[in-house]
Amino acid sequence: MEKHILLRDLDVPNIRDLAVYSQHEGYAAWKKAVTGMKPDEVITVVKDSGLRGRGGAGFPAGVKWSFIPKDVFPKYVTVNCDESEPGTFKDHQLIRHNPHQVIEGTALCAYAIGANVAYIYCRGEFREPARELQKAIDDAYAAGLLGKNLFGSNYSLDIYVHLGAGAYICGEESALLESLEGKIGQPRLKPPFPAVSGLYSKPTVINNVETLANVPPIVLNGAAWYKQWGTEKSPGVKLFSVCGHVKNPGNYELPLGKYSIQELLEMAGGSMTGRPIKAVLPAGSSSPIIPASNFHAKLDYEAMAAIGSVLGSCSWIFMDDSVDMVWAARKMIRFFKHESCGKCTPCREGTHWALSVYDKLLSGKGTIEDVNLIGEVNKQIIGKCFCPLGEFATSSMTFTLKHFKQDYVDFIDQKKGGSDVYLKELARDHHLHELHSGVVSVNGIKVH
Amino acid sequence: MLKDKYKDRIAAIFAKYPPERKRSAVMPLLDIAQEEYGYCTEEAMREIAELCGIDPTEVKSVVGFYTMYYEKKVGKYVIDVCDDLPCVLRGADKFVNYCEQKLGIKAGETTPDGKITLNVVMCLAACDRAPMCQVNTAYHYDLTPDKFDKLVTELKKG
Repeated sequence: MEKHILLRDLDVPNIRDLAVYSQHEGYAAWKKAVTGMKPDEVITVVKDSGLRGRGGAGFPAGVKWSFIPKDVFPKYVTVNCDESEPGTFKDHQLIRHNPHQVIEGTALCAYAIGANVAYIYCRGEFREPARELQKAIDDAYAAGLLGKNLFGSNYSLDIYVHLGAGAYICGEESALLESLEGKIGQPRLKPPFPAVSGLYSKPTVINNVETLANVPPIVLNGAAWYKQWGTEKSPGVKLFSVCGHVKNPGNYELPLGKYSIQELLEMAGGSMTGRPIKAVLPAGSSSPIIPASNFHAKLDYEAMAAIGSVLGSCSWIFMDDSVDMVWAARKMIRFFKHESCGKCTPCREGTHWALSVYDKLLSGKGTIEDVNLIGEVNKQIIGKCFCPLGEFATSSMTFTLKHFKQDYVDFIDQKKGGSDVYLKELARDHHLHELHSGVVSVNGIKVH
Repeated sequence: MLKDKYKDRIAAIFAKYPPERKRSAVMPLLDIAQEEYGYCTEEAMREIAELCGIDPTEVKSVVGFYTMYYEKKVGKYVIDVCDDLPCVLRGADKFVNYCEQKLGIKAGETTPDGKITLNVVMCLAACDRAPMCQVNTAYHYDLTPDKFDKLVTELKKG
C-alpha cells in the first residue's frame, strides 16, 4: 500500500502532535460530522463501510452502534485498550504514535450514538502510553475539539482515560465494564448486552482502539472509499502484529483478503533462525494453531474460518520446527490459568488441572495416559464456561493435539520431559506460585 | 492521609465519574496509595473505602484481583520481565536466567538492600521487541545482558 490509513506515524513524522495531525486532515471528519451530519448519518456511513470490530470478534461496528436505543440517557462509549493477548501489540503503537486518530474515532462514535462521555480503558501496564494519550486529549480540549458546545453546536463531549491494573480478562467487554465501575473484572451474564445495559447499567458501545481509528477516514472519505480495500465480506485494512521466529517482527497494515499467510511471513522477513516455520498462532494464545501446510490461506475472516482457525485480533506468533508443541501448549495454558478470573468452575479448575497434567509431562513423569487425560480435561471446559476466556484456554490443547499429536507421542516415547531446561522452568513457576499464594515453609513443611 | 496530601488530584479523579458512582475511583485511588506507600497498606485501603463509600473488603478484593497492586512491601524498583510464549521464542527465558544470576535472587524476590524486585509476568504487549521488561512504569526493549547490566547500574544509583 502506498500510504497507511492507521499506522500513519510511518508516513508522517510526529503525527502524534496535534499541529501535525491537523495539517494532515486531522479532526476534519470530526468537524464535518458535528457541523454537517446527523448522528444517524455517521452510523450509516460506518455501517456501509462494512468495518468490522478489530478486537477479535469481527462484529460490524456500525451495526453495533445502531443497537443503542435513542430514548435512554445517558449513554456511554468505552474504548477497549486492554490489549493483553500474548502476541498483540497493535493498539500500543496506535495510542502511542497516532493518538489523535483514536481520540477522533472515539469522538465520532460518541456523536453517532448520542453519548456525551467516553472512557478509554487502558491496561494498567500502559501507564506511559496512557500519559501520552492524556496529553493528546488535553491538547484537543485546549484546541476546542473536546468539551462543551463543540463548533458552536449544542453537542458536548468529555473523554477520560481509565487505567486497569493487570488482568487479561478485562479485555472481555463486560469484565472491562465491571472494572471501570471499580470492581474485580469478572464478566457479566449476557443478555442484557452492553447496548442495552452497559456501563452504570446504561446503553454503551464498547469498541477496540483499532476499530475506532478506522472511523475518521471513513467518515471523511465515505464508505465506498474504504471498500476499495479488502474483500466484500471483510472490507478495509487491518493491523497484523507479527512476532515469534521472524526476522522483522512488528505491526503490518494490510488490506484484508489480499495476501496469504505465507506472504505475511515473507513480509516479516521469513524465519529468524533459518529453520523452517512449523506453525503459526494467528490470534495469539487463544487461537487455533495453523500448521505450515495451510499457509496458502488468505488473510480475511472467511478464509481463516475455512481452514479451521480465526482472524481474531491478528496476533501472529510464528514458530519454527525447534518448538515442541507440548511445551508451547503448556506455556499457553499457564497463561490462561493465571488469567482465569475464577468466576466459573470449568475455567478456574479446568485450567488448573490441565496445567498440572502438562507440568507432569514436562517433569518427565508423564505417560501416554496423561496425554489422553488432557483431552478429557479439555472436554470438561469446552462449551461450559461463562465467558470466552475458558473457551480460549482450550484452543491450545485442542489444536496442538489435532495438528501435532506426534509431538505428544514423541515427547513420551523419546522421554523429552525432565530436561534441565524444563525442570528449571517448572521450578521458577512453582516458586512464583508459592510466593503469590502466600505459602510459607515452616520446618520444611509448606503451610498456607 | 491521602485525602489531605492529594486533595486536588483526588477531586480530579472523582470528577471523571458520575457523582453517584464514586466506586469507579477505587483503582485510580489505589494507584495514588501505591505511589505514596510503595504498596496498598491496610490503612490506605480503609481510607479509599471511606472515600468511595464502599466496604474495606471490597477495596481489598480489588487489590487481590489485579496483579499490579502489591499487598506487601516490594523493592523501590520492580523489574517485570515478560516470559510468555512470544517473548520466550525470542530468548526471554535465557534472559530471565541472566537477570536472576546478575541480581543474585530468584524471580519473585527482592535484593537484600530492598532496591530491586525481580518478577516474571504475563504478556506486556511488546512481543515484537523481546526480551523486554517493565521497570515500574517504563518499558525497556530489545534487551541483552549488556543492556541489563547498565540498567541495573542506573537503578542501584537511584
